Amino acid sequence: MIAQIVFVILTIAGIALFSLNARKVIRNIKLGKPANRSDQPAKRWATMLKVAFGQTKMAVRPVPFILHLLVYVGFVIINLEVLEIMIDGIFGSHRIFAGLGGLYNFLIGSFEFLALGVWVSCAIFLIRRNILKLKRFSGVEMKAWPKSDANYILITEILLMTAFLLMNAADAKLQALNAEHYKVAGAFPVSVYLQGLLPNSVNSLILIERICWWFHIVGIFAFLNYLPYSKHFHILFAFPNTYFSNLEPKGEFTNMASVTNEVKAMLDPSFVPADVAPGRFGAKDVTDLSWVNLMNAYTCTECGRCTSVCPANITGKLLSPRKIMMDTRDRLEEVGKNIEKHGADHQDGKALLDDYISREEIWACTSCNACTEACPINIDPLAIIVELRRFAVMEESVAPASINAMLGNVENNGAPWKYSPADRFNWAEGS
Amino acid sequence: MAELMAMGEEPEILFWVGCAGSYDERAQKITRDICKILHHVGIKYAVLGTEESCTGDPAKRAGNEFLFQMQAMTNIEVLNAYNIKKIVTGCPHCFNTIKNEYPGLGGTYEVIHHTQLIQDLIAEGKLKAENGESFKGKKITYHDPCYLGRANGVYEAPRKALEVLDAQLVEMKRCKANGLCCGAGGAQMFKEPEKGNKDINIERIEEALSTEPQFIAAGCPFCMTMLNDGVKLKDKEQEVKVLDIAEITARANGL
Repeated sequence: MIAQIVFVILTIAGIALFSLNARKVIRNIKLGKPANRSDQPAKRWATMLKVAFGQTKMAVRPVPFILHLLVYVGFVIINLEVLEIMIDGIFGSHRIFAGLGGLYNFLIGSFEFLALGVWVSCAIFLIRRNILKLKRFSGVEMKAWPKSDANYILITEILLMTAFLLMNAADAKLQALNAEHYKVAGAFPVSVYLQGLLPNSVNSLILIERICWWFHIVGIFAFLNYLPYSKHFHILFAFPNTYFSNLEPKGEFTNMASVTNEVKAMLDPSFVPADVAPGRFGAKDVTDLSWVNLMNAYTCTECGRCTSVCPANITGKLLSPRKIMMDTRDRLEEVGKNIEKHGADHQDGKALLDDYISREEIWACTSCNACTEACPINIDPLAIIVELRRFAVMEESVAPASINAMLGNVENNGAPWKYSPADRFNWAEGS
Repeated sequence: MAELMAMGEEPEILFWVGCAGSYDERAQKITRDICKILHHVGIKYAVLGTEESCTGDPAKRAGNEFLFQMQAMTNIEVLNAYNIKKIVTGCPHCFNTIKNEYPGLGGTYEVIHHTQLIQDLIAEGKLKAENGESFKGKKITYHDPCYLGRANGVYEAPRKALEVLDAQLVEMKRCKANGLCCGAGGAQMFKEPEKGNKDINIERIEEALSTEPQFIAAGCPFCMTMLNDGVKLKDKEQEVKVLDIAEITARANGL
């Protein structure tokens, strides 16, 4: 009975704490400017199913694709088992679904294979990160926390799967010993090999089985609450992020409505501008970005596919699209904490541009869209870079001298070079 | 265009030359070859001549939305005044801007890139590869311009234009959706690169040269400049020629 009460309290606390933190994250995302991404719902659903659920963009790199697929499928399906654990935990029952008979055995047997798949994949992931030291997982932004974060996740998943398999092994042994409460149910094709490691006394086995059971479920709640602090948030955000992703051609940049009004007024004095909220041109800080940009930041798994294909990064420039996303999230978290501590109007004198992302980074971008193409869950670092450039150019008039010269030429000569518009048709005379 | 208008006629298609195509000496050759192709197949086309102005693309990528929209609206006014319906561009940047960013500002046209026009003409049987230089068996590698490929999903048109040559097409490892930028996009064309350990066009040209081509095919005047510079730096000007798809098509047809 005490165990049941403890379980219920833990469950409520785990879910309540997660909702609290998730609400903070949603509040932070809502600090972003409006963006309309509710058009074409059918296409959006299709994109989400294909890219997030179907993981089609992962397939470009077959090795991590297969390993990640094993972890993904394993985690999603093994969580069916969590349903049983929840019911057992609340009502003090044991393997409540055992009545399903053959189907139950099939399910538990499958879970064991999946658990093994997750275990092995995570182990290989750890090796890739820490022993093989794949280049994609290094970089200036991958020091300290981001590096540990990845390892914590992988180790936790290995521990959870170990607990799950050990629990089954102890359970099967108890079933064989006809221990009270441990009815004969399930199939244990993987954990059967762990049975030899376990003691034979009923009391020790019950202790091990219970410890693993509690570890597994408490671990899951702990993991749930770890998400808001971790890159692992992608397991939830991948879905809305792909749903709300950009459906237009990648080359199309947004036309700023606020600018359209001013330009129209300039060209036609009788023009009456539509109602557009005044604000900054472009983005200096995260609150100038759109909510989609901010959601992108929380979705980023820091896998580095973007950075590994970025022409600027490949040739040794400072720019790393992954860092753009990580900086945006870090700054947004900071702004969120400021709101909690000092109220909504607090200014800390810092900003995304310069305090997190440097000018050198934003000007190194070729806008080639390799990063957005590479992202398995349709994150768009380029959109953020463009907003930062817009701020630098339109609000501050600060850009590399050669860019200013080019802009001057376009303005005065209608061409990015210093040629006379009168000479524009001269090409026809050559041969 | 103004002359055609004065005669009370309308062109089938407007050829948007672009700034590089108008002023850059190397790109002017491509412009003239596109005209030769249009003339050869008997399409009634027009150019804006001195009435054309920068689409605003480099301003937009550099973050100057004001300047972009000023350019865009001025151009749209001209295009709409001439009642233009269909545009072919000689540059993927102009193509992207007019096709995707002008409609929101009141300029909606059917916009194609010149490689798409060439593909269509080949498909219609109006354009072949005959009476000119033979590219048969020659090794050609095609470099995807970002604003044609990834930005707008045009991967097949330029390849179809090359397939008709009966040449040996070799793909670089990074091609199509995974193509590597030449280094000129996003207004980089007009500035010095940031500090790094290599120039992007060198990284790209090394990859292109590793396929041991006789020709590197391009579809963008900026890529043309970057690739040419790369070939020169690698001292391969004699062995490897960088040519636009339009130039190759014109040569193959003896235009």
